[in-house]
Amino acid sequence: MALSREQIAQRVAQELQDGYYVNLGIGIPTLVANYVPEGMEVMLQSENGLLGMGQFPTAEELDADLINAGKQTVTMATGASIFDSAESFAMIRGGHVDLTVLGAFEVDVNGNIASYMIPGKLIKGMGGAMDLVAGADNIIVTMTHASKHGESKLLTECSLPLTGKGCIKKVLTDLAFIEIRDGKFHLLERAPGVSVEEIAKLTQGELVIAGDIPEMTF
Amino acid sequence: MAGFDKVVSSYEEAMAGLTDDMTVIAGGFGLCGIPENLIAEIKRKGTKGLTLVSNNCGVDDFGLGILLPNRQIKKIIASYVGENAEFERQMMAGELEVELTPQGTLAEKMRAGGAGIPAFFTATGYGTPVAEGKEERQFNGRDYILEESIVGDFAIVKAWKADRYGNLVFRKTARNFNPMAATAGKITVVEVEEIVEPGELDPDQIHTPGIYVDRLIQGTFEKRIEQRTTRNEAQG
Repeated sequence: MALSREQIAQRVAQELQDGYYVNLGIGIPTLVANYVPEGMEVMLQSENGLLGMGQFPTAEELDADLINAGKQTVTMATGASIFDSAESFAMIRGGHVDLTVLGAFEVDVNGNIASYMIPGKLIKGMGGAMDLVAGADNIIVTMTHASKHGESKLLTECSLPLTGKGCIKKVLTDLAFIEIRDGKFHLLERAPGVSVEEIAKLTQGELVIAGDIPEMTF
Repeated sequence: MAGFDKVVSSYEEAMAGLTDDMTVIAGGFGLCGIPENLIAEIKRKGTKGLTLVSNNCGVDDFGLGILLPNRQIKKIIASYVGENAEFERQMMAGELEVELTPQGTLAEKMRAGGAGIPAFFTATGYGTPVAEGKEERQFNGRDYILEESIVGDFAIVKAWKADRYGNLVFRKTARNFNPMAATAGKITVVEVEEIVEPGELDPDQIHTPGIYVDRLIQGTFEKRIEQRTTRNEAQG
């Protein structure tokens, strides 16, 4: 079975480490916050100027001056700090964030990522995504393995305008956990009940399958 | 006005001197911390052909979006747009020029502009459409592109509190682009929720020193929320 959005987030959460500063993108990445392991401390960075993002506010706590990068009202966690946008991107571009999780339309075997524009269709902009992929070393891309029409999103070469060049090393899809290395996709894990053949069929770029590929565990 | 007193008495006075085809840098992120009354004054003045530098362009009936129906914006430099229908219509029709700029690069363009730095190298955008036509250079084996800074004819800023000398304090994430915008205007206009006397703010707690501020006005704010998300108390 392909992973649900929640399961993708749950698997990503296994990559968290105690004391990590983490930037979560909009969509599936946001859900990762729900699966931080018990007893582990992570600090969420919101690119609009908040380190230590808390949960959504109650109606009484609601504050128009306190939002996250998705423009949602939030609260501050204990030990949070507030800063301006230049400071926020100094953290991001200076490589101070330990883990970045973001979505994408496509990735390719050379670690290129396309996530911000579909010419003629969707032109909303990159927001902070280009800064995040250029500045972070430890990035996990989350996305569905293929489009609704069964077209692979793991390609030999991205077809859409790039968000970043040669910067993606890990991809977690609804079918597989994949590492990008030496111009190839390396299959690390598969979703429970999903066969290696199924994954290979939906991966357009070169896929390396070395030995027995374990199923993800939750 | 005398000495360091930056307070003006009307929004008309606050935006005096803004003329067609000028560049205006605006603080704010989404609808959070936007100078909503200064934007309304630009709409009232009817100034046209403006180049707007702002992370976003508001929504249809609030924030910078209200400058769209009368075609007051010629060009916008932003990182994320399209939260409003009229914006998309004008962009698709080629009536509005849009320069999409990565958010960190946009913040740095303002910061550098205000600090007298004409350009800077960044890895952000290398190998993407953002890099087109820009100088590229390697440092320590890594590729960078040259980005030019931005200075505005006007900067419009929203802060929480100020003293009459224009020392500013921002509140929570309404800070965002406002401090950089404040440094990057030839004329920087700030609107705040409360003005106090010099000496009442703790010098250690000031986010933006008054040297960057030319005009200051106290206003009342709607502070509209774009995505109202709450949890039930029971859920904890």
